[in-house]
Amino acid sequence: MSHADLTMQGEPAGLLAGPPFAIPTKKLAMWLFIIADTMTFAACLIAYGFLRNGTANWPRPFHSITNVALMTLILLTSSLTMLLGVRAAKIGDKAGAFRWTMITAAAGILFALLHIREWLGLIGEGMTLLKNPWGTGLFGTAFFSITGLHLTHVTCGVIALIVVGLRYQGGRYNADDIEVLSLYWHFVDIVWMFVVPFVYLLNLAH
Amino acid sequence: MTTAEVKKAGIGKDLIVYLCLLAFAGLQFVIAYQNIDAWQMFARMLAVALVEAGLAVMFFMHLWTEKRGFVLFVLIFTGFVLLTMQYGWTDSFRLLRCGTNCS
Repeated sequence: MSHADLTMQGEPAGLLAGPPFAIPTKKLAMWLFIIADTMTFAACLIAYGFLRNGTANWPRPFHSITNVALMTLILLTSSLTMLLGVRAAKIGDKAGAFRWTMITAAAGILFALLHIREWLGLIGEGMTLLKNPWGTGLFGTAFFSITGLHLTHVTCGVIALIVVGLRYQGGRYNADDIEVLSLYWHFVDIVWMFVVPFVYLLNLAH
Repeated sequence: MTTAEVKKAGIGKDLIVYLCLLAFAGLQFVIAYQNIDAWQMFARMLAVALVEAGLAVMFFMHLWTEKRGFVLFVLIFTGFVLLTMQYGWTDSFRLLRCGTNCS
């Protein structure tokens, strides 16, 4: 193969090729991250399912669905406000995009506070990572691991929303950056759609 | 999603998807109070969660508007890995039957 075959007008041919699947590189990177993170959460949930299925005295400590229903409503609504932020950014409404992004971050903070309140309630009832008053100690390990991992994602998402929102307002980031971040936020919402039924609703005290 | 697509689409579809997601989330809470065995409950909740996730991925994350090749890549790759993770369930049932006494 000659050098001429490898280059085109002085540029290596590989550098002229567009990004894979003809989508922006940042967006592709976020999608790949989301796919990898899906595997992480799936592994956690499957391990949880394995333990729950294989353990006879699995606890059912949840008496009320009010808190988890409220958390679900907040997270789902935050996905809608995130969409509105992306929409505003795409049509050049900078103030609107910043406002909706900050509203989304505020919803994330509210979700995290409700989550922490719930954790404190369970800890107050005697639940720790290794033991609880209702049954196998594995429950605390599984519950705190899965919900903690999700809460970490929400916290990181809130920080990212604030940072990206401020930088977008300052002109350093553009609408594409808001859109890429929105993918992450929707993913956090989707994970919650699986955490709620399997970790909370299947463990309701009837 | 391009600016032209955003202007053309309007907010109506997003609102409908949001309301559908709320309804499906509500359905999961209804299923939780049904008088059925745990496996049936699990199956119904999983089905609803998959529908919810599908709606969110396709419409909120706009995967539907990406190139067909990318959509196939995401769905096939993710689906394959998720399916291969299911290999351990038989051992879970063995544990349930025998506890720690069987080999």
